[in-house]
Amino acid sequence: MKQDKLIALALLMVAFSAVSGLALITVFIFKEGLPIIVKTGPGNFFLSSDWDPSSGNFGIFSMIAGSLAVTLCAMVIGTVFGLGLAIVLGEFCPPGLAAILKPVVELLAGIPSVVYGFVGVVTIVPLIRTYLGGPGLSVLASSIVLGIMVLPTVTSISMDALRAVPRTYWQGSIALGATKWQTTHMVMLKAAKSGIAAAIILGMGRAVGETMAVIMVAGNTLEVPHSILDPVRTLTSNIALEMGYASGQHREALFATGVTLFVIIMILNTIALAMARRGAGEGRTR
Amino acid sequence: MIDGSIMLRLCLAALLVAIGAGCGNSQSHAVKVVGSTSIQPFAELLAEQYVAKNPTLGVEVQGGGSTAGLQAVANDLADIGMCSRLLKAEEEGQYTPTVIARDGLAIVVNPENSVEALTTEQLQGLFSGKIQNWSEVGGEDGPVRPITREEGSGTRESFVHLVMGKERISRRSLTQESNGAVKELVKGDSAAIGYMSLGLVGPELRMVRIDGVEPTAGNVIAGTYKLARPFLFVTKGTPDVDAQQFFDYVLSDEGQQTLESEGLVRAQ
Repeated sequence: MKQDKLIALALLMVAFSAVSGLALITVFIFKEGLPIIVKTGPGNFFLSSDWDPSSGNFGIFSMIAGSLAVTLCAMVIGTVFGLGLAIVLGEFCPPGLAAILKPVVELLAGIPSVVYGFVGVVTIVPLIRTYLGGPGLSVLASSIVLGIMVLPTVTSISMDALRAVPRTYWQGSIALGATKWQTTHMVMLKAAKSGIAAAIILGMGRAVGETMAVIMVAGNTLEVPHSILDPVRTLTSNIALEMGYASGQHREALFATGVTLFVIIMILNTIALAMARRGAGEGRTR
Repeated sequence: MIDGSIMLRLCLAALLVAIGAGCGNSQSHAVKVVGSTSIQPFAELLAEQYVAKNPTLGVEVQGGGSTAGLQAVANDLADIGMCSRLLKAEEEGQYTPTVIARDGLAIVVNPENSVEALTTEQLQGLFSGKIQNWSEVGGEDGPVRPITREEGSGTRESFVHLVMGKERISRRSLTQESNGAVKELVKGDSAAIGYMSLGLVGPELRMVRIDGVEPTAGNVIAGTYKLARPFLFVTKGTPDVDAQQFFDYVLSDEGQQTLESEGLVRAQ
């Protein structure tokens, strides 16, 4: 019994150190980043697009716009394909094929992001440049790459949500004479909608935070994009591009970029959690 | 119990091996050379030759950028920093710079681009965004896509210093984080123009004459090609024995010849 207590204590300490690590990181980022936001003024920092660290201008609006544009387009691609895959795998696919397809989709999560970026640069970017015009490095290229990268997240969480819908719903609907597709989109998707929303938002969190692949295919300009063929710089790329060199105010401004990113991701995660909880609640009160 | 004691012995043995390995390393540690991605390939080549000649010694070369290299030296994370620009006034007191070679900044375009010569002024216009169409500088009608390096890169700072003066590089220019990435982009995009180390330009790109002068090592030595910059090895105070030995090799006739054959210009 004494041993049990010891192990419990040890595990508690491990768990606590992981959480306190997160707390320390949060405190550190805010401590380093907030002063410069206050100094340049939140208006100038968040709403100006003038980023020129060597002359002391720190405006990250173009990057916020860039991050949002890339994430939004990526989620359109990721949701269409991810949800589609989840429906096919869960409801329509013969079990044998599903047993092959599902691990393949999950394998996508294990590919390092540099590889995605590289494939994007050598295949997608030249295609866009040749057939659609512009520099190729663009919102569209980044969205396609990110859309593929979020597929595993969106697919597997949506599948779980669909599977959590009581089977009696399915049987009831079929018994009433609805076709499989009618049952899927009128009953199953509606019942699983909060879980699916959580899947999309978690995928979005991944897309906002992705760095390496985006640096390689986004072009990293400092302009607010006007079309999906324009190049952009995202918040994450800005940090990764310049962190190695930065010192003084420039460094603080990069931490402030991190603070912005942190807040955006916190908001997304909170929404996802709230939705997942609401979904669980609905499930119980049949 | 028996299992326990075997485990203990195994652990002890592993620990001893680890300590032994640690001692082995500390006798002749690998010289860490960190910094500019422009100098990196040359430093790697030199390191390879140096280690081939002195198999007991090690040299580790890492990229990261000029400023990152300087910071690594300041924080004792590297023995030698590679810097591909002049030191700034506030940096001069902190470090001891040594010129290991000189390098030209080549202005590169896609081979399909018909522009063969530019003036410094036109170059400034192309990168500041004042000139937006290739037809304004004698090329075919089409947009100009300037490609720049990220803030803090030695190549960028040299370019700004040598070409841009007080003008700013356009916010619309694409930003890439290494010479290799710039090369890759210019290779595939006929509207692109970029700048990179003269020694790293491959046959798949075309270099542009600047103010009528061909960008060659010879013209850099002669001083007629104006876009030239020093390649520096930077240390904090006097380097230790291992670092000094590598330093000496780089500055030796053999090391300098290697750099020269790779397209750079000798330090002396």
